[in-house]
Amino acid sequence: MKAIKIVEPLRAKVVVEGSLAEVEVTGGYCGDLLSDCIAHATEGSVWITIQSHPNTIAVAVLVGMACIVVTNDQDISKQTIERALKENITLLSTPLTSYQAVSALSKLGVPGTRKHG
Amino acid sequence: MENRDPLFEVSREIVGADFQSAGDISGEVKKILLQAGFPPPFIRRIVIAAYEAEMNVVIHAFKGIFTTVIYPDKVHIVIDDEGPGIPDLELAFQEGYSTAPPHVRELGFGAGYGLSNMRKCSDTLKIDSHVGEGTRVTMDFLVKSQRDGAEVEK
Ligand SMILES: Nc1ncnc2c1ncn2[C@@H]1O[C@H](COP(=O)(O)OP(=O)(O)OP(=O)(O)O)[C@@H](O)[C@H]1O
Ligand SMILES: [Mg+2]
Repeated sequence: MKAIKIVEPLRAKVVVEGSLAEVEVTGGYCGDLLSDCIAHATEGSVWITIQSHPNTIAVAVLVGMACIVVTNDQDISKQTIERALKENITLLSTPLTSYQAVSALSKLGVPGTRKHG
Repeated sequence: MENRDPLFEVSREIVGADFQSAGDISGEVKKILLQAGFPPPFIRRIVIAAYEAEMNVVIHAFKGIFTTVIYPDKVHIVIDDEGPGIPDLELAFQEGYSTAPPHVRELGFGAGYGLSNMRKCSDTLKIDSHVGEGTRVTMDFLVKSQRDGAEVEK
């Protein structure tokens, strides 16, 4: 599924567009501990998190995630936006909680994915 | 295997407490490995270990040098820092053990998984640490490793 298809169901605001229109979402991961996410999230996934600081962008780039969804309407700093622009990473913001966001993605048929090891 | 010339070598400086650009060095290593054409699962585990090692210097030390040496059949990474050192390595390797301060934990660090991620992802990991001086982490990643198996679980 194209990432753009998840915007409306998540009631999300597009903070940084990145390659929203083209990129394919192949799975999803939810987490707020960066060591957990870097180790287990899979390439091409949507990342549901309440973390909105610049290092979140670094983790998404290193994993090769399709996009980041920051939940709970968390404030997103200027530095985070700048880094997302620089890396061309799609950054969405939603008023939904992480649970509600996962639930919405699940209804769309986005599977939870996890890297082995 | 023995004494082959490296294809490429790069060294970068890590600045302690700089969370704005933390992760950039690991990102650069990822790009270089992609360009070199290594298999994705191999690149992925190097990137995980590199990121954890880079962040440990940013979080726990003052500054460091991150060196990557690429050979045709392996990647060698050394992270040498000036910092407080690690008094008890066995304790530091325990999952969940962390001395990260509260303001760093709020950012999602300090789960205490970094060192164990590094051990799981590398073929060899060596840590030399001197309290009050610093820490040197040396990791090797072999292209023909058993570790690059099936990737994704649904
Ligand atoms: N380069 C270093 N210099 C000094 N102490 C370190 C260094 N690397 C690790 N440590 C010590 O070892 C502990 C465990 O490290 P580890 O990377 O496993 O967890 P963490 O960094 O605390 O949390 P996480 O990596 O999950 O964000 C750290 O909390 C710190 O006390
Ligand atoms: Mg760590």
